[in-house]
Amino acid sequence: MDKVNIDVGLLEPILLEFRDQKGAVIPILQRAQDLYGYLPEEAMIEIAEKSRISISQLYGIATFYAQFNLEPRGRHIISICDGTACHVRGAPKLVTAVEDKLNLVAGGSDPDYNYTLEIVYCLGSCGLAPIALVNGQVYGNTTPDSLVEKVMDLD
Amino acid sequence: MGKVKFTIDGKEIQAETGVTILQAARQEKIFIPILCDHPSLPPEGACRICLVEIEGQQALQPACTYPISEGMEVSTNTPRIRAARKFNLELLISDHPLDCMTCEAAGDCLLQDLAYEYDVTEDRYEGTKHHYSVNDPNPFIQVDRNKCILCRRCVRACSEINGVEAISVFYRGFSAYIGFGADSSMDDSPCEFCGSCVEVCPTGALWPKNSLGKGRLWQTETIQTTCPYCGVGCQINLQVKDNQIVKVDSAWEGPSNHGWTCVKGRFGYDFVHHPDRLDTPRVRKYLLDGKRKPGAKKRKPEVEGDPWQWVEVDWETALGITADKMRQIRNDYGPESMGFLTSAKCLNEENYLMNKLARQVIGTNSIDHCARL
Amino acid sequence: MPVLTNIEELKKLQDKARAEKADREENKTTIILGMGTCGIAAGANDVAAEIHSELKKHKIDAEVVSVGCIGMCHNEPLIDIQQPGLPRVTYTKVKPKMVGKIIEKHLVQGEYNKRWIYGQLPTGNGKVIEGIPAYDELPFYNKQVRIALKNCGIIDPESIEDYLASGGYGGLSKVLFEMDQIDVIEELKDSGLRGRGGAGFLTGMKWEFCMRAKGYPKYIICNADEGDPGAFMDRSVLEGDPHALLEGMIIAGYAIGALEGYIYCRAEYPLAIERLKIAIEQACELGLLGDNILGSGYSFNLKIKEGAGAFVCGEETALIASIEGKRGEPRPRPPYPAVSGLWGKPTNVNNVKSFAITSQIMVHGAEWFNSIGTKKSTGTAVFALTGKIEHTGLVEVPMGITLREIVYDIGGGIPDKMKFKAVQTGGPLGGCLPEEALDTPVDFDSLTEAGATMGSGGMIVVDQETCMVEFARYFLTFASAESCGKCVPCRIGGQRLLEVLTRITNGEGKSEDLDEIELISEGMREGSLCALGQLTPGPVISSLRFFKEEYEAHVNENFCAAGVCAGMFTYEIDPVLCVGCGLCVKPCPEDAITGEKKIPHVINQAQCIQCGACYDVCNLGAVLVKRKHELDMVEPA
Repeated sequence: MDKVNIDVGLLEPILLEFRDQKGAVIPILQRAQDLYGYLPEEAMIEIAEKSRISISQLYGIATFYAQFNLEPRGRHIISICDGTACHVRGAPKLVTAVEDKLNLVAGGSDPDYNYTLEIVYCLGSCGLAPIALVNGQVYGNTTPDSLVEKVMDLD
Repeated sequence: MGKVKFTIDGKEIQAETGVTILQAARQEKIFIPILCDHPSLPPEGACRICLVEIEGQQALQPACTYPISEGMEVSTNTPRIRAARKFNLELLISDHPLDCMTCEAAGDCLLQDLAYEYDVTEDRYEGTKHHYSVNDPNPFIQVDRNKCILCRRCVRACSEINGVEAISVFYRGFSAYIGFGADSSMDDSPCEFCGSCVEVCPTGALWPKNSLGKGRLWQTETIQTTCPYCGVGCQINLQVKDNQIVKVDSAWEGPSNHGWTCVKGRFGYDFVHHPDRLDTPRVRKYLLDGKRKPGAKKRKPEVEGDPWQWVEVDWETALGITADKMRQIRNDYGPESMGFLTSAKCLNEENYLMNKLARQVIGTNSIDHCARL
Repeated sequence: MPVLTNIEELKKLQDKARAEKADREENKTTIILGMGTCGIAAGANDVAAEIHSELKKHKIDAEVVSVGCIGMCHNEPLIDIQQPGLPRVTYTKVKPKMVGKIIEKHLVQGEYNKRWIYGQLPTGNGKVIEGIPAYDELPFYNKQVRIALKNCGIIDPESIEDYLASGGYGGLSKVLFEMDQIDVIEELKDSGLRGRGGAGFLTGMKWEFCMRAKGYPKYIICNADEGDPGAFMDRSVLEGDPHALLEGMIIAGYAIGALEGYIYCRAEYPLAIERLKIAIEQACELGLLGDNILGSGYSFNLKIKEGAGAFVCGEETALIASIEGKRGEPRPRPPYPAVSGLWGKPTNVNNVKSFAITSQIMVHGAEWFNSIGTKKSTGTAVFALTGKIEHTGLVEVPMGITLREIVYDIGGGIPDKMKFKAVQTGGPLGGCLPEEALDTPVDFDSLTEAGATMGSGGMIVVDQETCMVEFARYFLTFASAESCGKCVPCRIGGQRLLEVLTRITNGEGKSEDLDEIELISEGMREGSLCALGQLTPGPVISSLRFFKEEYEAHVNENFCAAGVCAGMFTYEIDPVLCVGCGLCVKPCPEDAITGEKKIPHVINQAQCIQCGACYDVCNLGAVLVKRKHELDMVEPA
């Protein structure tokens, strides 16, 4: 994907809010990701400079935590839980069904960045396994068919 | 702080309260193998090679972080410990190239030494090995992540010795690797190429590019010297083979630098054997002939007999001409027409004499020093 | 509301809240909705919308209240209707289209539709409705003892008045005005409470170490980074009773001498974080948190830190590193956090449930708590009961109850006439126990002895359709992906162990691989830096111990009896069981099944791709998992 020009000025209020707070780099990254959908390199450089952490360390932190994406993500995010309860209740079949339908590989996006499929470990609703999250909306007791149907209903 | 009495392998030892088992053992010259620790760096507790048994403790404990206490009984070389160490070494070897015969670090590699000691003769695990490309484009340091054992000595050296923090661990688990900047190359990061990371690397993962293929540690002679670049007086160890400097190592006992060097001291020694290096004074021919400066337009210093030609002379001649010229300028144009610039490569004493020359002999206050530029 | 400046004002406010609650119960109709994450996932939002429109339609004046999870995940969405002076009546598995009928019958006609009613919960006046079972009599509840979950699903978690009416902050006021630091710690030690995060260390001792440690300031941290897949105990407490956590943390702060605390909550729990924020704000407004709490002179402040997706941050030193804004990597202990924790200062880290239980121990006393459970594991254990079990949900049981009682009496056994195979406790670092171990009492020591662990409370039941080798591989995949990579045994050992298991599940295993598993597991347990690496082999070792024949069938006979590992089994229709209903014909993507109606069908093995569609659809269990090589032998050349 080509480099997108992003407005690093949008980071200013976030950096201001956390200025002088010890160990605030993780919440800053979280807020920055909320802003851009991922963590573009330009934003990382700005955060490193303003919060006085070396760029190497900032990347070390961002790559450690699963929550942070250094690549852009699709317009629609489908997360399938493969926590233990969901796993024994058939989560792998959900993954295969969505992968086949959208022609992508779990953990990635389709070439047009319309969809991103993620595997997550436990959303804490194991009683309703298997669980899937479509654009933040939780669905319990899903089947391959019901999930694919929901995904196809997305614009 | 008081002293604590305890035993290592049955030997009674006294050490300061608060030190670790490893520190106490080092003071007593008791060898406990370890990969991730370095005496000049804070302990990391990552490699799990220094595991020891402590009487009354169920689990093996790392000697590098475990503090000593009164009456503690430590064993450093039981079958249980040796098995745990061998397991760790076999795992490391299972994700490491088996190219000791061509590796630069052979003979200077802790992993090789320990594999030998613990009889790790083969790669006993099938499975994934990392295949990283070795093409970091920076001019000084070869980065071979395939040989990296993630001991993080380089990470700590960069942050604790040089304070630059150009190196960090990226990602996690089996996917973790040592990274620079925005996951780019060393020269695209805050790295200043002090080379401390190379110095502390226990394997061949980080190696000076200008030392590649020049000789192994057992083929070289170590000569401690003072770095010629500035007046700090950093001590460095030159590795010399066939009268050629092939590598610069840290001299950790150096009182002014404690092993640290800058990029010049570590990598800037190529001038020593450079063909362009001047080792005899030279003067322009017209000066030697006592003539006036000819027009610069037609200068052809490479042509024999040209007034601009460089002519090799002895020191007396060269210094004589210089002194004459300085005297002449002072007489013709006054002391304020002259300025003096001294070098950080000189000693304090030499700089002091230069100051005397400028102010008292010539009579000008226009004197400066390259370190201010 | 004005700031409370002394204990009398708190008591007055509690009384007022109680009176208002009683007044509401006696005089108002209330509809109570289960709005935990699980309720919402089951469709509680749609149900809520329907309730509002139905109430409007019938012009019924009723209050609609949201509560957290009561633990009956298998029955979500849940609604309770409480009419003036009457108990709460619970309807389960409520679909939006049922709402109209329920409201019309219950609130308009004043009758109970018993078909949809689950049970009744008494209110303050203790009245009962004849003919509807009480919760205590129902199998899911009658063996439970609720301490940590006392208020979950009962009170409105967003209302501090509800918490106060239940006696909330009574433990705190008792501690602040009647006990000194040592008293609190002694009480906790006497109670025998062991850390509910899984390690089971005596909480009172932990507090004492931190209290006696030199250094200032000191910190209290709540570990709410519930990362075990298959566990949601802490989430339920956070969502259902956030003030109980706050109260426990303030008590801990007082006992240890800390002025500041952090709640480290995983970011995957947005609702929990939201409710914690509300609770903190409410407690601050009333002066129950902040400067000079209840005029006692003691001050304590709380901050929330969101995790960023790293399971290893459940380890206390990694969690501290993460709060400090670093990579969440554990470091060797000692020094323990009690001596050198957050920013190098004395720090006490406890699990959500440990804190939530503490405030009640302070109210009811150590003796009350240690009279529940066993001698060495006092009190209750909270489990998230999931997997192949009828009654999935959250249960709190006295320590010492057997696994069998949990699985069969509370959990209702295995659905779909399947056979119990194993129960996994302790999460991805725990162990699987077989049927023979079902009479193991549930407590810290017995579970460890049996080959599993207590962990923080995940309990997953699997049936014959789960391949134990693949199950172990699944846990390994999780644990090795979550390894921080700092120490060698976990970073490379976990990968090598996963590779062995992957080999076996791919049909490329050798019999030596079983020894290899033992060897790597032993090395990881012996050498790893933190509990993650030390316990990663747990599920593998326990399943190899109890289900060795499955491993052997994989490596020696290339056979996966559970029908899970691709290419290691085939499907065959049992001609005796098959009635020729034809149900399996249509789902087959390869048209491999043929047969006349009412005559046993046959799978053409040359076409079959082992997708399992026929197996899933057959109601009679006539599709069988068979060894592949038996068929290979008869396959025509």
